[in-house]
Amino acid sequence: MSYLINSSEILQTIEMIDQQHLDVRTVTMGISLLDCADRDITVCCDRIYEKICRKAEKLVSTGEQIEREFGIPIVNKRVSVTPISLVAASCEAEDYTPLAKTLDRAAKTLGINFIGGFSALAHKGFTESDKRLICSIPRALTETDLVCSSVNVASTRAGINMDAVALMGRIIRQTADIDPMGCAKLVVFSNAVEDNPFMAGAFHGVGEPECVINVGVSGPGVVAHALKSCKGQPFDVVAETIKRTAFKITRMGQLVAQEASRRLDVPFGVVDLSLAPTPARGDSVAEILEIMGLETCGIHGTTAALALLNDAVKKGGVMASSHVGGLSGAFIPVSEDAGMIAAAEEGVLCLDKLEAMTCVCSVGLDMIAVPGDTGAETISAIIADEAAIGMVNNKTTAVRLIPAKGKQVGERIDFGGLLGSAPIMPLHEGSAAEFIARGGRIPAPLQSLKN
Amino acid sequence: MKAIVSVFAKDSKGITAYVTSLLAQQEINILDISQTLMQEYFAMIMLVDLADCTLPFNELAELLKAKGAERSLDIHIQRQDIFEAMHRI
Repeated sequence: MSYLINSSEILQTIEMIDQQHLDVRTVTMGISLLDCADRDITVCCDRIYEKICRKAEKLVSTGEQIEREFGIPIVNKRVSVTPISLVAASCEAEDYTPLAKTLDRAAKTLGINFIGGFSALAHKGFTESDKRLICSIPRALTETDLVCSSVNVASTRAGINMDAVALMGRIIRQTADIDPMGCAKLVVFSNAVEDNPFMAGAFHGVGEPECVINVGVSGPGVVAHALKSCKGQPFDVVAETIKRTAFKITRMGQLVAQEASRRLDVPFGVVDLSLAPTPARGDSVAEILEIMGLETCGIHGTTAALALLNDAVKKGGVMASSHVGGLSGAFIPVSEDAGMIAAAEEGVLCLDKLEAMTCVCSVGLDMIAVPGDTGAETISAIIADEAAIGMVNNKTTAVRLIPAKGKQVGERIDFGGLLGSAPIMPLHEGSAAEFIARGGRIPAPLQSLKN
Repeated sequence: MKAIVSVFAKDSKGITAYVTSLLAQQEINILDISQTLMQEYFAMIMLVDLADCTLPFNELAELLKAKGAERSLDIHIQRQDIFEAMHRI
């Protein structure tokens, strides 16, 4: 079929890109490192470096080429790798920091924005390697720039590994004491997914192929703009408008994914249909909720608004892509969303409301700054609550908390760039130390008798 | 390869002539053309065929941008596929 000019369609696309911050948030290449294992950690590091640099050699240049030809910004080019706790399991080394430094070096050679996969899957229990990896996190994240780490501590099928929850509280505490920025690169998951292209939680799962291209789309600004035209309309119209918009955004993501896959000769994995906000004005998920009729994000009604948004994004996106996966949905990272920052600073958006919102959004408590003196047990207790929500509701949840060294409620911490800045949020008083000290496992929940 | 050239500017005389001659110099064939005025702004959209254009896409995009800037025109070129993917099933 020959294409004829339809000015309104073309102008709409150009306006979405130029004024509404439409972009492809990330093209992420997943690379299996399972064949890089060796007893000698130096050999293992060499193999990892060589493989990543070989497989992703053309990732950045290809991404840039696609950006120019299609006129659509691709904000991040990233790599995710097999969880390092698996790759390093046979290494005779206590400290895995050299592996993190190798990933960092490879990322810098390639010119990518982040590399994810300094990860461990410990939802049912630890291997020796999982423990070594987790204990290496504070050093690994504070002595590297581009490495992201994630630890899965719970799943719907396995329950919650409370020993891992307790340990992660201490690890986040230790990392924050060295450099709070390290905590911005560390996610604690429940029901982690294997094909997520978004950081900091991206890793290349063991069920994935040798190498794969996953694409994460974005576009809160485009959805916000579209919703402005249905003021006062019933929710049916709101949902329909979001679906239509999500469809268009995803089609663009699918096109970029196919092009990247073809040019790099790497199979296409999934498009992750996420609304990922940035600190830029007009690129906010909170703003979408406010356009729906809420005075400020965080008041009563916010959870319902977010539930509708999250569901409609998925419904609109699934038909636009041949394979959908990852975290798909609306992200609510506080520091990365201008509307959330404002609502938190006004004291309207609190941690309890954010926790409720995570029951219906795509991930969890994300990029939340807490007082610098928050105890490890309190951090663990927050992780446990969030993991329980994920476990019971059969969804991915995550915690990315930043204890802001030397800062108190009312102050703010700046991360710079896409990570934005966050006001320090108040937490509940009272100790959960005895609860966390129990350890063991919280059993997997019943999947019937749903009430 | 087919592409969409879009031109935005404050309306003035000779914009179409200027842009089409730029394209002709690069052996670019115009397949379809549409132009509108939005308030005092001029928007022109062209579907072009790059089959005979010898300049690599990146350089062409930069050339059009630079030549456009000389006359205060905002000229973009994008592959046509993106519009088709986004708006047609």
